[in-house]
Amino acid sequence: MNQRVMDIRLAPASLGGNPERRGMTGFGFYLYLLSDCIVFATLFAAFAVLHRSVADGPSGAQLFDLRNAFVETACLLTSSVTCGMAMLASDRRHLRSALAVLAVTFLLGFAFLGLEMTEFARMVSEGAGPSRSAFLSAFFTLVSTHGLHVAAGLAWLVVIFVQLRQKGFSDGVVRRMFCFSLFWHVIDVVWIAVFSFVYLIGSAS
Amino acid sequence: MTQPLIAPIETARVTPGTHDGQGHGSLRGYLVGYLVATLLTIASFFAAGTNVLTPSSAIAAITVLAIAQMLVHLIFFLHISTSPNQRTNILAFALTAIIVSMIVAGSLWIMSHLHSNMMPVDPQMPMQMQP
Repeated sequence: MNQRVMDIRLAPASLGGNPERRGMTGFGFYLYLLSDCIVFATLFAAFAVLHRSVADGPSGAQLFDLRNAFVETACLLTSSVTCGMAMLASDRRHLRSALAVLAVTFLLGFAFLGLEMTEFARMVSEGAGPSRSAFLSAFFTLVSTHGLHVAAGLAWLVVIFVQLRQKGFSDGVVRRMFCFSLFWHVIDVVWIAVFSFVYLIGSAS
Repeated sequence: MTQPLIAPIETARVTPGTHDGQGHGSLRGYLVGYLVATLLTIASFFAAGTNVLTPSSAIAAITVLAIAQMLVHLIFFLHISTSPNQRTNILAFALTAIIVSMIVAGSLWIMSHLHSNMMPVDPQMPMQMQP
């Protein structure tokens, strides 16, 4: 045991493929993602408390377009699956198919973000911007924090794509892809909560 | 026998997000997860759009479907399992789940109490109550 601990401590950073080191990086990133879930929990709690405080303005049932939310959900769910396929391609060290499914993941994430921005623009142009009511402040804070995570994921995906083309499956790139896949799946899990508790329950009640 | 310096290494042997610490499972696993998640999504959009359900039962159905779909994602995409060598991952996850439920349920509870204890504001009320 102590010998193994020493091995890890002395291992240079270039030995990213060391399963122990990858395990520690993965576990640390997993802890970050769990704490990110707590950030989202506070925003969900604020939304749940404020969702009836519409200040005589439009309510969720009047504003939300469920068809748009469904297409957004389909984009993000499919991109989560293609991201998983990229990890399978990375397990097999198959560069061409990894690049292809990563590109599909990017396009689906980009489509999601585009749909969300279009929806925000429509709501603001209808006078239902974040300053209209406490409900809309909470809505925009929660949904755009999620959108910001998607945007950060897309930027990360571009970096991984370029590095994968330049360096191939180097230990560092594999580790980054692996952390990215964790991030992307968790963002998708958060979106399940967003479309269920914000859009669907907002329209049903 | 000296104490290990970094204890979690021994228990966190299976990296979160991998099937067995090395690979990412199979294509079949992802496709099964995709199919089940799609069906659950369609079911919850149907529950929200239909007039068959009363609003309160629609809310209950959407909540149950959302939790089911999150579990599907955790099992098929994030490969969280109850195997003994994932104990640290599960413990960290359980702690987060407790904190999340405390934040959400606690906020709703406190704010609903505050709301019901609040004096109704009457615009006709004279201002002599103020100091």
